[in-house]
Amino acid sequence: MTPVAPIRPRGPWRLASERIGRDRAAIAAIATILLAALVAVAAPLFAALTGHGPAEQFIETGLSSNGIPVGPGHEFWLGCDGLGRDVLVRVVYGARISLLVGVLASLLAVVCGAVVGVSAAWYGGTLDALLSRLMDAVLSLPYLLLALALAALVGPSTGISVVVIAFFNWAAVGRVLRGEVLAIREREYVQAARALGAGHARIMFVEILPVVAPTAIVYATLLIPSSIGFEATLSFLGLGVPPPTPSWGNMLADAMAYYKVAWWLLLFPGAALLAITLAFNVLGDSVRDVFDPRFERSVARARGGAA
Amino acid sequence: MSAAAAPAAAPPDPLLVRVTGVVKEFATRSASPFRRERLQAVAGVSFGLRRGETLGLVGETGCGKSTLARCIVRLHELTAGELLFDGADLSRATQSELRPFRRRMQMVFQDPYGSLNPRRRVGSIIGDPFAIHDVAAGRERMRLVQVLMDLVGLNPEHYNRFPAEFSGGQRQRIAIARALALRPELVVCDEPVSALDVSIQAQILNLLVDLQRELGLTYLFISHDLAVVRHVSDRVAVMYLGRIVELAPAGLLYASARHPYTAALLAAVPAFEPGARSRRAPLVLAGDPPSPLEALRGCRFHARCPRAQARCRAEEPALESRVGDDPGHLTACHFPLADGEAPGPATGSGA
Ligand SMILES: Nc1ncnc2c1ncn2[C@@H]1O[C@H](COP(=O)(O)OP(=O)(O)OP(=O)(O)O)[C@@H](O)[C@H]1O
Ligand code: SF4
Ligand SMILES: [Mg+2]
Repeated sequence: MTPVAPIRPRGPWRLASERIGRDRAAIAAIATILLAALVAVAAPLFAALTGHGPAEQFIETGLSSNGIPVGPGHEFWLGCDGLGRDVLVRVVYGARISLLVGVLASLLAVVCGAVVGVSAAWYGGTLDALLSRLMDAVLSLPYLLLALALAALVGPSTGISVVVIAFFNWAAVGRVLRGEVLAIREREYVQAARALGAGHARIMFVEILPVVAPTAIVYATLLIPSSIGFEATLSFLGLGVPPPTPSWGNMLADAMAYYKVAWWLLLFPGAALLAITLAFNVLGDSVRDVFDPRFERSVARARGGAA
Repeated sequence: MSAAAAPAAAPPDPLLVRVTGVVKEFATRSASPFRRERLQAVAGVSFGLRRGETLGLVGETGCGKSTLARCIVRLHELTAGELLFDGADLSRATQSELRPFRRRMQMVFQDPYGSLNPRRRVGSIIGDPFAIHDVAAGRERMRLVQVLMDLVGLNPEHYNRFPAEFSGGQRQRIAIARALALRPELVVCDEPVSALDVSIQAQILNLLVDLQRELGLTYLFISHDLAVVRHVSDRVAVMYLGRIVELAPAGLLYASARHPYTAALLAAVPAFEPGARSRRAPLVLAGDPPSPLEALRGCRFHARCPRAQARCRAEEPALESRVGDDPGHLTACHFPLADGEAPGPATGSGA
């Protein structure tokens, strides 16, 4: 017998967040991400504190007499780049771009993938056939090549980067969610809802979307680091965020000319990129574990499901 | 006759549901993309459901019981045939035209693990009918939900729990509560106990019987377990390969089966106790049922029937009352069994 529980049992979402709270790696990842977000938001503060703007050049103090950038020191905490700009301020402003592009591109990809995948599975028939072919086609595109061609065609821009990154990621999300919805729509609880007279919208929002939401969340989390990396790649190749706006990718590109004499140009943006992508990947893995249905079942058993 | 034209002044039809020549075909994936094969899961079924009765529907797995059930509550479109519910023609009704009828007919599914959304609280699941039909909201809805939980023997305090925290039997009670929320007239029970432990089956059956008495429900009760069906049914229909082959008051069917298929089914059941040992009765029949894909001529049972003759292969027997039988005892067989006659020698080794 289970004791009569006066407390409200924890739902799947509560259980998930509680489990995340017990996962040290996830906590560290969240802390890293929050720190990066805080720094990004407070970027103007760094500029004010150091007195250096992100695109401001300090030819006199930032470069030595023979044009070599000065290293980390009292005036420039993380050194200067080849044009005499403050690396610390640029890394901090670069966090804005990376997070913004990463989060926006992955959200856009997941939303588009969800809309396409879910409608394909729910409406089926010709629509499903068309959308499935479309997803297959997008997945088979040589994306880096096309991204480069596209970006070269329309010129480097932050907005275009977001769209390009999302374009190459939505189809994978769409295909996975289509499969999930196909399985769910045949479940008896969906049939029961239909028998009760529930309309398409209600079935979608009450019975289907909450069940596929964990998958979408896991995908969104795991797409952020790859989008950040994608953005860095585009910017590195001069096709993403246009200079002089700092992005970790174009900072790394700038560093290529100097890295033999100025290690800090490579180290700081590189470390920032590594830390943030690692943090999102760790978080994504934890989120996936937390929503694992096997886990839910074991919880139910542990709480005396057979009463 | 259209749905709107149900005569208001005429005395109520003694039949709540009339099914006439209902056919349901599915398109199947065939090996060749040029030949579209069709599987006839329900192949022309006619019967009526009397108000307040329980009609049992038995048959081997795959014979089309669930498909027929889903046609009757219009989860499926009918390929052909007519479906009248309380005089209203629902055979071609659209989902929006069906909405008012959804309050009056409900379904209980076989798998109590699949029929409840695992991510939703039980109170919200049971409250669905009130939400969908705008009957009650907020505190009032919660009160109604708790009344229902009490009605089906659940602790009303557990409305906040998730389905995973209940046993199979309790989950089936939840599904029953949801089906009864709007006080339907017809409840189609598709194998409501076959997924449950034998010890729980009788409890759920008794609950269904009590609720029927209390609320005046009409049941279409599907099972492949003859003992279970006998326990609850007033009349029993036997289905074979998409057709009803025998339909009779329960006592008559079990005492004097006319159709060789029914007789074979009965011979395979050891004892008529609900929840008797064998839940999926092995048939004392030679061979497997032919695939519903095959074009069938004559009696659908002839390949396995110990009494089959030339006429059986040529001419399909109609479902009708046989000479000397009770007028309510319908059999679709050219050579029905007499009282006490054994099903006859089987063509295979099994008998
Ligand atoms: N949606 C569908 N699409 C294609 N074929 C289907 C579909 N639903 C059922 N069938 C086929 O129709 C036939 C009858 O199936 P149905 O589920 O009605 O049988 P059943 O009598 O309920 O069997 P069981 O006792 O196993 O529940 C089977 O051959 C099945 O494969
Ligand atoms: S009609 Fe013929 S084949 Fe069919 S059940 Fe009767 S005796 Fe058997
Ligand atoms: Mg079935």
